[in-house]
Amino acid sequence: MSGKFRVGARALRWSAINVLLIGAFLALVSFSRSSTTAHAAPLPNLHVRAIPAFARKYGLPCSACHTAWPELNNFGQVFRDNGYQLGNERDSPIWQNPSYFPITFRITPNWHRESTDHLAIDSVPGGGTGSMLVSGKVQQNGFDLSGMDLWTAGTLYRNISFSLLPSSDSTASFHFENAWVRFDNLGGSAWFNVKAGKFELDNLISEKRFLFLSNNGGLYQIYHYDVPGTTNDFGYGDNQLGVELAGHSKNSYTRYSVSVLSSNDGNVGFTSGSGAPANRGYDVNLAFSQAFNAGSWGLERIGAFSYFGQRPTYYETSTNGGTTLDLVGLGNKSFYRIGVAGDFFLKKLEFLPLFMYGHDNAYLGTGGASTSALPPGAKAPAFVGGFLESHYYVNPQLVFFGRFEKIDVAQQAFVNAGFPSDYGNVTAYAVGYRWYPIMFSRAGLAFHNEYAITKSNGFLPLSGDGGGAQVFSTASPVWSSSIMIGFDFDF
Amino acid sequence: MTLKKVLVTFALGLGFSLLIALHPGFAQESHVGNLTGNAGSGKQLYRRYCIGCHGPQGDGNGENAPWIDPKPRDFTAATFKCRSTPTGTLPTDEDLDHAVQRGFVTTNMPSWNPLTPQQRADLVAYIKTFSPRWKTEKPGTPINIPPETPVTIESVLHGRELFQKMECWKCHGPAGHGDGPSAATLTDSKDNPIRPYNFSTGSRFKCGETNTDLYRIFMTGVDGTPMPSFADVIQPNDAWDLVHFLRTLQSLHTPEEGLWKKYAAEHPSSIKPIGPDAGGQ
Repeated sequence: MSGKFRVGARALRWSAINVLLIGAFLALVSFSRSSTTAHAAPLPNLHVRAIPAFARKYGLPCSACHTAWPELNNFGQVFRDNGYQLGNERDSPIWQNPSYFPITFRITPNWHRESTDHLAIDSVPGGGTGSMLVSGKVQQNGFDLSGMDLWTAGTLYRNISFSLLPSSDSTASFHFENAWVRFDNLGGSAWFNVKAGKFELDNLISEKRFLFLSNNGGLYQIYHYDVPGTTNDFGYGDNQLGVELAGHSKNSYTRYSVSVLSSNDGNVGFTSGSGAPANRGYDVNLAFSQAFNAGSWGLERIGAFSYFGQRPTYYETSTNGGTTLDLVGLGNKSFYRIGVAGDFFLKKLEFLPLFMYGHDNAYLGTGGASTSALPPGAKAPAFVGGFLESHYYVNPQLVFFGRFEKIDVAQQAFVNAGFPSDYGNVTAYAVGYRWYPIMFSRAGLAFHNEYAITKSNGFLPLSGDGGGAQVFSTASPVWSSSIMIGFDFDF
Repeated sequence: MTLKKVLVTFALGLGFSLLIALHPGFAQESHVGNLTGNAGSGKQLYRRYCIGCHGPQGDGNGENAPWIDPKPRDFTAATFKCRSTPTGTLPTDEDLDHAVQRGFVTTNMPSWNPLTPQQRADLVAYIKTFSPRWKTEKPGTPINIPPETPVTIESVLHGRELFQKMECWKCHGPAGHGDGPSAATLTDSKDNPIRPYNFSTGSRFKCGETNTDLYRIFMTGVDGTPMPSFADVIQPNDAWDLVHFLRTLQSLHTPEEGLWKKYAAEHPSSIKPIGPDAGGQ
């Protein structure tokens, strides 16, 4: 079937593809030289999603719902907003062939290279006599696997949808990335849909369905950023536990959502991201977006979001035999994230800008209990940042993409504490392309090639690159880069 | 590579590009409202959204076609079910746009309403490149639809008589369940088995959901299927009566259904069954 897609300038396209493949091969060869190594840094679980189970159910190609899978286009957005239903009165599973099972597998065998500098490494390997910590680079490369998604989603009945996503890292250690049930079109209105469970926040620009896969590029820095030193574990890109009320116009041009969420960043078992007990609080997320038809340019969408949360500053404890056990988080202090985002098309060119401002209470920033006075010079930490991402869709089977991201600390938690004024700032770049030789209504295969580089001032990159080593100096920027070449397949 | 080879390659590439650009298919346009659809843009969209079912050649033989029932439309035949134009004629661009926008309920053809109007217009323009009929024929003139007659029990009862008299029940069944005695034998113009519409399921018809849409279906027929046009058989007022009766067969609460239920409760003995040996009232 892929051959049938190759109508028109077939030869020309193959030439372009050959150039890209050769480029990818040369990049692989040129960077696969030995270097200072530590433990092999695993490619993080790739939180990007597409569901060919739906393509199989409805007989539509990937490109019907995705600009380039896994990113949704407006048709896919409407389908998702409508509870994974096309509205053809055949959405309920009772209409499906009994052998149909809505399950999707996704994994990415790949070769990747990670390099991070200004880390504290032993001058003598093994830390023997005379060894001291010096600034060095940790560079690794090799063949690897991504994490795996084993995803089932669809409709339980008309207007009742669900999703269950057990997701593993590359060692097959599973967790539930999402698990929810949604009651759709309540009262016959698309404006009222209620979802309960663990789910992605209603982001205009989704990190779960974006095009980047490499270690440093495979995350929106700002979706996981907290000013260094804060005890707040919140990440706007993390799936959260709670209840969401959402609605949309018939064509999803207008969308809104209100969520009430547990204050534990989506961790199960009443724990927080650090493993400490969660508090008994709740957070709220609000999102709204509006799309406009721009004629031949395409659909343009703008939106705003805000997240108001709270995190504990100390714990109810139980001390027995000199061992103190934290029981539940207390002394909640607030934080918030607000921002605007957009999705703009200029025919085949897409721009995705996002701007966010984040603010934490001073107690969260300094790590002190709210029952105590703040230390001298303590301030409420804040940051401001955003990114501009762009995609160029040569055709439904080939997309080029790039992203520039910048985060500046607007307010350090401690003033005059010896940190440089730019401590905690982040700058990130990523470029790449994806070619989809297979894009049927049954499965998808993409050849993915990406380069990403991140500068984090005085702290470790959010990607986790560096083999677990600490930064050598908080006064130095840490550069971390990733190259990734892989086959991303989805069945 | 010598300069000569480079120039020859360049010239061939330029010529090929011009050939594509000047191909009649890409000159095709559509006009939907004040929008002009472009077949060149539509081709990209067709490849993205439609090719899996309708196929690269537009002949309804896409990769999914074997698994789909009813089969995808064959654009090379330029025979379209839902039209505002008389049977046998080409539909208007607006008709095609409405079909793309509305989708076909109970089939694999979804509503493409999420696409922008310009994108749909471009798709319509490209769809028209698959059949030479669009080059030699003009779309038919949309039929005139007179104002709807009042919904009365007399209208419903007369419609019921017509349903019996015109033997609609033979295909659609006495209760409109699509299970008439002829239902199992029906095929479309490509000899694929086809089922008559079951009025008791679903809230919409394939060609729309309003009374006017239903009227239009009678009077234009559903080309490519056994459902004929009744434009030469029944008068407009009779067609509206039939519309009002058919509304009583749906599992919806409609004014027609309310009137019919009330009448049936009050006059149970006067209602004759519909079917081969019945009078229809």
